[in-house]
Amino acid sequence: MEHLELFFKAIFIDNMVFATFLGMCSYLAVSKKVSTAVGLGAAVIFVMAITVPLNWLLDQYILQEGALSWLGEEYATYDLSFLSFIMFIATIATMVQLVEIIVEKFSPDLYNSLGIFLPLIAVNCAILGGSLFMQSREIESLDLAFNYGVSSGIGFFLAILAIAAIREKIRYSNVPAPLRGLGITFIITGLMAIGFMSFGGMLTGGEEEVAIEETASIETSVIVEKPTIEAEIIKVVDSVSVDELEIKE
Amino acid sequence: MGLLSKKDLKLITDPLADNNPITIQVLGICSALAITAELKASIVMSVAVLFVMGLGNLTISLMRNIIPPKIRIIVQLIVVATLVIIVDLVLKAFAYELSKTLSVFVGLIITNCIIMGRFEAFALANGPIRSFIDGVGNALGYALILIIVGFFRELLGSGTLLGFKVLGDPIEKTGVYAFGYENNGFMLLAPMALITVGIIIWIQRSRNEALIEDN
Repeated sequence: MEHLELFFKAIFIDNMVFATFLGMCSYLAVSKKVSTAVGLGAAVIFVMAITVPLNWLLDQYILQEGALSWLGEEYATYDLSFLSFIMFIATIATMVQLVEIIVEKFSPDLYNSLGIFLPLIAVNCAILGGSLFMQSREIESLDLAFNYGVSSGIGFFLAILAIAAIREKIRYSNVPAPLRGLGITFIITGLMAIGFMSFGGMLTGGEEEVAIEETASIETSVIVEKPTIEAEIIKVVDSVSVDELEIKE
Repeated sequence: MGLLSKKDLKLITDPLADNNPITIQVLGICSALAITAELKASIVMSVAVLFVMGLGNLTISLMRNIIPPKIRIIVQLIVVATLVIIVDLVLKAFAYELSKTLSVFVGLIITNCIIMGRFEAFALANGPIRSFIDGVGNALGYALILIIVGFFRELLGSGTLLGFKVLGDPIEKTGVYAFGYENNGFMLLAPMALITVGIIIWIQRSRNEALIEDN
């Protein structure tokens, strides 16, 4: 149950792209065609599934306050959490390089489809963001961390797939010239993000919302939920989801 | 300008308008959007990026001849991460509340594409002084967009600027609120940042036809 909740929460409610704007750069740069978007999305899922649990282990056994107690009594008071940025990014960069080498050696097919995206991923905010959120949300166990990595990756995958499909379709529309390309993509992403906000009530049924907001007060600047504008949100969601359906057919 | 030659000056002015890192180069959007609900957070974030970019570009440029090309990404990441840790610790020490609002987004300066992008495109091929100027210029271009977005979101969303109630008091109905103005709470929500940037791009490109993309 805990797993299921985290799974849906990471995909829909705290969607990497729409709720926290992580991975925006590659999201905008690599979403011109559906096929490349799928490649990048798959690579993100893959790398996040590896790095989030790995960084969880690092955090748990080296970085946290008192995490070094397994070394002996005198280390029990060490707090190395200020090193977490450098450790996380080093892990991610090394893992990406390692994955690239391994995949190239054992599965040239997969390398051909994923390979060109792997270097991009080392500097993808979504990957580091996944590890940092894993740390700040205090995910409890290794399997939950793995779950969080995979489901955040799936969230990114869905987002980039949807925007790529819309961008392929929008080529045939008459967009005002100054908005073409980047401008309209921003605005569509904004509308999709409004749509995704409506998933906020999915797990709680809307009743426990207040309690959840309190616990997540650190991120209030990022995810602020205002029940008063629900009507507007639902309207926008309808239009967005209809568009997506058309494209997927 | 005796201090800066014309070419160097261009390095600063270019990113402010026609080669803006956010609206034209499409770099560094990740952290730009999430923290712009308040002007104060935008300014602090801009200063942090200015610090990291200037010094980062300088460091990478000094090391550009000794970094083996194959592992350059890891080297660059370590340099940025070190600078970001300094920023993070300073923020935690002197502005704890603010560092809570910025939460993980300070850490995400590391993967801010604008920084890696400038390292790759400029610092690896140019001397230290020009690289430093380029870093400052790009960080200023980034700051400009952040501050514009932060200004409008805070003004329209909560009627304040840097926490001061510039539009009057919404509860006692003074200032513009006396005429029936209401705060647009929607501006504080995350998606509006995207739409605001979209509008900035629209305005910028309709003023300069050369920037228009063909889809």
